[in-house]
Amino acid sequence: MNPGLALGVVGASLLTVAMLFTAGWDLPPADTQQTGYRGTGMVVLQDREEQTALRAANQVPPVPWELDTSGQKASEVYENVQVLGDLGIDQFSRLMTAITEWVSPEQGCNYCHNPENMASDELYTKVVSRRMLEMTQAVNTEWDLHVQQTGVTCYTCHRGQPVPQNIWFRGGDPDDRFAMAGYSGGGQNTVGVGNTSLHADPFSELFSFDGVIGVTGPTALPTGHEVSIQQTEKTYALMVHMSQSLGANCTLCHNTRAFNDWNQSTPQRTVAIQGIQMVRTLNADYLEPLTSEFPPERLGPHEDVAKINCATCHQGAQKPLNGVSMVEDYPSLRPEQ
Amino acid sequence: MATYQNIFTQVQVRGPVEPGIGLPKEDSPRLGKGSFSYWAGKIGNAQIGPIYLGFLGSLSLLFGVIAFEIIGLNMWASVDWDPIQFVRQLPWLALEPPPPEYGLRVLPPLNEGGWWLIAGFFLTASVLLWWLRTYRRAVALGMGTHVAWAFASAIFLFLVLGFVRPVLMGSWSEAVPFGIFPHLDWTTAFSIRYGNLYYNPFHCLSIVFLYGSVLLFAMHGGTILAVSRYGGDREIEQITDRGTASERAALFWRWTMGFNATMESVHRWAWWFAVLTTLTGGIGILLTGTVVDNWYLWAVDHGVAPAYPDVFQGTDAGMGATQ
Repeated sequence: MNPGLALGVVGASLLTVAMLFTAGWDLPPADTQQTGYRGTGMVVLQDREEQTALRAANQVPPVPWELDTSGQKASEVYENVQVLGDLGIDQFSRLMTAITEWVSPEQGCNYCHNPENMASDELYTKVVSRRMLEMTQAVNTEWDLHVQQTGVTCYTCHRGQPVPQNIWFRGGDPDDRFAMAGYSGGGQNTVGVGNTSLHADPFSELFSFDGVIGVTGPTALPTGHEVSIQQTEKTYALMVHMSQSLGANCTLCHNTRAFNDWNQSTPQRTVAIQGIQMVRTLNADYLEPLTSEFPPERLGPHEDVAKINCATCHQGAQKPLNGVSMVEDYPSLRPEQ
Repeated sequence: MATYQNIFTQVQVRGPVEPGIGLPKEDSPRLGKGSFSYWAGKIGNAQIGPIYLGFLGSLSLLFGVIAFEIIGLNMWASVDWDPIQFVRQLPWLALEPPPPEYGLRVLPPLNEGGWWLIAGFFLTASVLLWWLRTYRRAVALGMGTHVAWAFASAIFLFLVLGFVRPVLMGSWSEAVPFGIFPHLDWTTAFSIRYGNLYYNPFHCLSIVFLYGSVLLFAMHGGTILAVSRYGGDREIEQITDRGTASERAALFWRWTMGFNATMESVHRWAWWFAVLTTLTGGIGILLTGTVVDNWYLWAVDHGVAPAYPDVFQGTDAGMGATQ
């Protein structure tokens, strides 16, 4: 065999193998939409195949039947209806039917209810569901700066699964077994958010109210702004998470020449920071207090409750469920203030 | 007998190996007797060895292996000594510098950057010993020390990144982690933290010299290959005894861009471009965080970064804080 040819074949094979192990190949065409002043590179990138797949994966399930708000109140017919007691009996049954489809279509009503005594709170899932209903109502009434008039329902996160697909637990190895390398339990040193080697868990810190996301120096010359590279990597990991969760590139929100400068950012960034505050609040006020309700197998390695991040709702779409509002059909999830 | 030999028509002569000139008696002997490799002869000289390792070379290799082992074993430990995960995740694995709370402590706990410092010490010692070796071997051959000084420029950048700047900043945590993707992620984080390194003028210069080096290399390589049919590949002879190859190459560049380097000066161009890449780059890193905290704002202050019309009016309303 010709040595040049042999060398070429070996080289091509090696490159092919390398390609197979490299994630994130994306065939054209991708659509770009200019969003900023010309020459600044402010564009929104959308891959056509990905958009088609997203549209297919984000279909809204049909309503069980037409809404009828008349009839007796649910609390007059059933016992122990704490959150939805003011609903008409038909509207209540309709919402229960829908929630079963949204959250436990395979397990049915008995996933939360004891069929012998539907009013009983003996199953932890029922206690959690009640709090989740309150959370949904809170999102739709108090966080309209983020969810706008589109709102959310159980389906936004659950999508037919009792445990939403995108949740997070505190990272790091609780036993410190891998402590030899770098940061013990820091979550780095392995494949992290979005195939980077950044922290796999930027959430524990940055989704707490003390978390400092802004890292860039505020003045041209040093003026005592002390933020470490490690802190910056956490912010960077959170941003990669947001980008992945929304299927968006950096320039959806930022002008990349000055990431931190609000004056050059798009309006979407203000919606996003409301989302961060919302996630912080929901985790602290609704999910973490439920920790003791869950059985041990539902808890994370640090015995912490499953928490939400951007991906929990967005699931790859800039607007969850393509921006279709389900809450219009279920007004009880957005009670009048 | 063919007179024009190139990589495709090379005639490989076999005879006694060339052992090299005699060494001073204080030097260790060269290792091996040397041998021929047909395949090496396809792309260069067919003779392999004899190798001169000596005291500096041996010590440098030893220190290099120690650093390599410390880094590799730490990475392996981080996947709980799983050989499959070690291979799968290798590009992501890291040996990180100490976290910020340890400042410049000489030896923090081993699992919190202590190993990083030890690996860094051995790697630095290895590189410096290898530098001494390139210098001393050049002197031993009666050569100039140009290679050693070019290497020193790269070592300068290496030391700035891993030692000088962290010391000036008062924290080892400012240094670069060992690891394939981790050091790339560090680079991006570094730029984000210090307000966009693209506005650092020394970063600009470094890129100019880096891309310039590539361009010069392509121009020079292309020129010499194009005139090697006239003996242009015998560059050293052409420097002192300019022949038709030199004349044609020079005329080509005067025709196409009005100016030509000489057979000798083109190598000075290339040497300086290469050396200045890491020299200016190192200065840029040295100034970051120590003298300038946000390169974008620095560029605005100095009229480098232009302002564009505000097309997103109102985004900043009430959003002064990024928390």
